[in-house]
Amino acid sequence: MTIKEQQDEIIGDFEFLGNWDDKYEYIIQLGKELAPMDPKYKIDENLIRGCQSRVWMHPDYKDGSITFTADSDAVITKGLVSLVINVLSGHTPKEIIDADLYFIDAIGLSSHLSPTRSNGLLSMVKQIKLYALAFQAKSLQS
Amino acid sequence: MHDSVTIKDSNVLDVEKVRKDFPILSTLVFGHPLVYLDNAATTQKPEAVLNAMDEYYHTINSNVHRGVHHLSQLATDAYELARKKIAEYIGARHAHEIIYTRGTTESINMVAAIFAKRYLKAGDSVLVSGMEHHSNIVPWQMACEERGATVKVIPIDGNGELVLDGLDKLLSEGVKLVSVNYVSNALGTINPVRDIIRAAHRHGIPVLLDAAQAVQHMEVDVQELDVDFLAFSSHKIYGPTGFGVLYGKEKWLNELPPYQGGGEMIKTVTFEKTTYNDLPYKFEAGTPDIAGAIGLGAALDYIQTLGLPAIRQAEHNLMAYALDALHEIEGLRMIGSSVNRAGVLSFLVGDIHPFDLGEILDKQGIAVRTGHHCAQPIMDLYCIPGTVRASLAFYNTPAEIDRLTAGIRKAMKLLK
Repeated sequence: MTIKEQQDEIIGDFEFLGNWDDKYEYIIQLGKELAPMDPKYKIDENLIRGCQSRVWMHPDYKDGSITFTADSDAVITKGLVSLVINVLSGHTPKEIIDADLYFIDAIGLSSHLSPTRSNGLLSMVKQIKLYALAFQAKSLQS
Repeated sequence: MHDSVTIKDSNVLDVEKVRKDFPILSTLVFGHPLVYLDNAATTQKPEAVLNAMDEYYHTINSNVHRGVHHLSQLATDAYELARKKIAEYIGARHAHEIIYTRGTTESINMVAAIFAKRYLKAGDSVLVSGMEHHSNIVPWQMACEERGATVKVIPIDGNGELVLDGLDKLLSEGVKLVSVNYVSNALGTINPVRDIIRAAHRHGIPVLLDAAQAVQHMEVDVQELDVDFLAFSSHKIYGPTGFGVLYGKEKWLNELPPYQGGGEMIKTVTFEKTTYNDLPYKFEAGTPDIAGAIGLGAALDYIQTLGLPAIRQAEHNLMAYALDALHEIEGLRMIGSSVNRAGVLSFLVGDIHPFDLGEILDKQGIAVRTGHHCAQPIMDLYCIPGTVRASLAFYNTPAEIDRLTAGIRKAMKLLK
């Protein structure tokens, strides 16, 4: 699936969720189901700044695309990480750099999440794009 | 559960009536009536404060102390009347012992900078406690670093109380100043500051009290305490943000050098030599926050009309009610279990991350603080990432505490 298709699917899923309880229940569920991160990557170098709860993220660049694994000590944050990773993981650096993440607004996350949390979400996206930029630069060099 | 609250004091606060003085309390958040339990971060402002500041700008706005004209005189009178009100509120001997600042943080930074400059040398130390806000740690670290001095710490125990057994020994080891909080912003503990001040004075050491979480909850009398410096913020005592107070004993303020240079703080200026102004202006360079001073004066007037004893009683009853209600929640543990407490309830529920709990409470219109509350050393002591902090004011009600506990139960259900 393309990044756009992934986002549209999430938007579709959220349309069925009526009130905030249902949305949060879904995000919490996603957090619980997020594939566990290899403990060796849960190190300070992989901590994302700007998140009030701790978020670790590790990129794996193979065959031209980046796969992300992540974890957080707060489950709602973990659910948000899961959403972002589902959209961006498995794509090329260029696709990730060019991606416009409209789904965050569309599912009401930017308005329904508290400002610090939104900042955390933005920090995650920023960090993913930085990784993509770094891998792109590396692949151009080689 | 409301019926279990009985207020015996004859000086009873009519909370429902008082709430009408605070327009913001009728706000809806996500469709729910706001439950504002973040009062230790900042309190809401009564109409009387808003009106006083509005009236100042509408009718007498002018620069103070300078003009010969009528408005300037009126503004100066109002501005200096506020200083008298503040001095009376904390029992200062003289109004000129009240220095206007931007808040507790600036007050502490000011003392740290000028005290270090005059008195700290290599090998000396400043004594703080293990439950200080970062603003009562970092300014001392900065000042000590510059002078080759060190910061020492009074330890705290598992209940969140200061351990004073070794205090005399600590004080005898090169300590030049003690700076501690009166009430902990993270735990709510009321510290035995009288004991600390007496012990420090036996060694001839001055004491600064960070009273940011104290003056809004209880009577604080600087002469009775015999404290040398005291700092607090206007916005935590129902006044405007960006304004605060440093109290200093006259003899200390006279001995210490000025903090910042500029207008207002001088008597005469030539390129060779400047002579400084008298107290308090020596420490007040530049055009001050005139409306801020007037706003704080109005806030203190408002508190006096309600009566501090009535406020204290109402908050004490509400605290007891809240503690009982929170204790009924399975898996909830209080962080800081001192029986002497004011304002603050810090807790964790099971293994729920404080941010997750704070987020779900927010969605129900309940405002609490989550995190380390600018007191990371305390969180390290308890080995926790932070806490959920509900902090009370006299305008909070038992029904709001019920909303909080129901909100926590809902979060537990969602997060289980």
